[in-house]
Order: sequence, then structure tokens, then C-alpha cells
Amino acid sequence: MSFKTDYKGVAGLGSARDGTGHWVSQRLTAVALIALGALFIYPFAKALGAGYEAVRATYADPFNALVAIGFFIVAFRHLRLGLQVVIEDYVHSTRALTISLITNALVWRAFAIVGALAVAKIALGA
Amino acid sequence: MADTGQSNRPLSPHLQVYRYQMNSAMSIFHRLTGVGLALTGILLVWWFLAAAISPAYFAFVDGLLTSWVGLLVMLISLLAFWYHFLNGVRHLRWDAVKGLGVGESLRSGWYVLILSVLLSALTIYLVY
Repeated sequence: MSFKTDYKGVAGLGSARDGTGHWVSQRLTAVALIALGALFIYPFAKALGAGYEAVRATYADPFNALVAIGFFIVAFRHLRLGLQVVIEDYVHSTRALTISLITNALVWRAFAIVGALAVAKIALGA
Repeated sequence: MADTGQSNRPLSPHLQVYRYQMNSAMSIFHRLTGVGLALTGILLVWWFLAAAISPAYFAFVDGLLTSWVGLLVMLISLLAFWYHFLNGVRHLRWDAVKGLGVGESLRSGWYVLILSVLLSALTIYLVY
């Protein structure tokens, strides 16, 4: 007989109290970044050092702007999930682990929002 | 009674008896480039934010990123980007249970190393 409750079966959570959500999201973002990363790198590298007007013109283009916004949102999610594993692997004291995991969970979301809004502001000519 | 408590035995992975080989080195390098690219990500957001704020502030941040130290950081980041990109694709293939043989996994490792240098060179060539 199974000692699992119905709820446990539905939630799909094992002894780690966590499902496969982290693993799946890390890979989904990786797949998305194949396209977003490849499309982001060229206009960015071309705009770097080309001057203020050139940068504004590059990201006034809606395609470049959408790619950059998508890249920031997905890349920072991918980064947050990856760094979470690095922290879990190397930080051992409960106190330091808790603080660094909370910081990690908040900081990269903040960077994604700031990056996306900065590109949006340029794209809208504001 | 058996010693079931904490002991001084080494914890796995037993790095001190682990023979160096390409895939372990590339795995560590994948993690290292991932952490490094987080720092590049911070610089990128700062650069975009500066471009959204004012020409004067942008000139300051763009000047830092295109100084010789800045360009060195960007060059290393570019290599790290393509390495992490290609090795990530390699990992996705492994997740799909493809290319896991000893010979093919070593071969794909060389492809990643060579292509990451070539794609970095191509990116620089296309830009300049």
C-alpha cells in the first residue's frame, strides 16, 4: 500500500519538498536564450562604444528593443536559478544560506525589471 | 555500535582522488562562466540604464565599458557567453539522452571549445 496522501500525489513533490519546477524552468529559459542570446549579442556589440545617438537609434528599433527586453527577463531568470544552485552547493551555514538565497531571489528580479524598463524607455523615445 | 555519526571521512564528490578529464573541467568552467556572466549582466543593465537617463551619464558608463579594462572585461565576457551558450546546448542534448557516449561527449567538448573561440572572433569581425 502507499502511504502517500492524495494531495502529495497531486502536488508531485518528493522528499526535497520541491518539484521539478526549478529544473524545467532552468532548461526552458536555456532554450529561449538560444534565440534571444543570439539575437541580442550582435546589435549590442555593435552599439557598445558607438556613441549615445547610435545606441538610442539601435534600441528605438522595436525588434532590437523587444529582443533586449526578452533577453533581460529570461536571462536574469536563468541566472537566478543557476546562482541559486551554486549558493545551495557552496554556502553551508543556515544563516548565510538563508540570507544569500533571499538576496539572490530579489536582486536578479530587480535587475530584470530595471533592464527591461531602461530599454522600454529608450524604445519609446522617453 | 557502528560509527554512524559525523566523521572526518571525505564527502563526495571525492575531488582529491578524481582524475582530471575534459568533461569535469568543462563542467566547472560552465559554472564559472555562468557566475561571471552574472557580473556582466549587472554592467549591461547599468549601461542601458545610463542610455535611458542622459547623454552625459551614458558617456561616463560607456567610457568605463570601452576603456581598455572595460574592453578586456567585455572580451572575456564574449568568450564566456559563447562558451556557456554552446556548452548549454551540449547539456540540453545530454538531457535529451543524445551524445552521451565517451567518444561523442569528448568530441562535442572540442566542438564547444573551438566554436566558442570562432563565434567570438566572428562577433568581433561583424562589429568592426
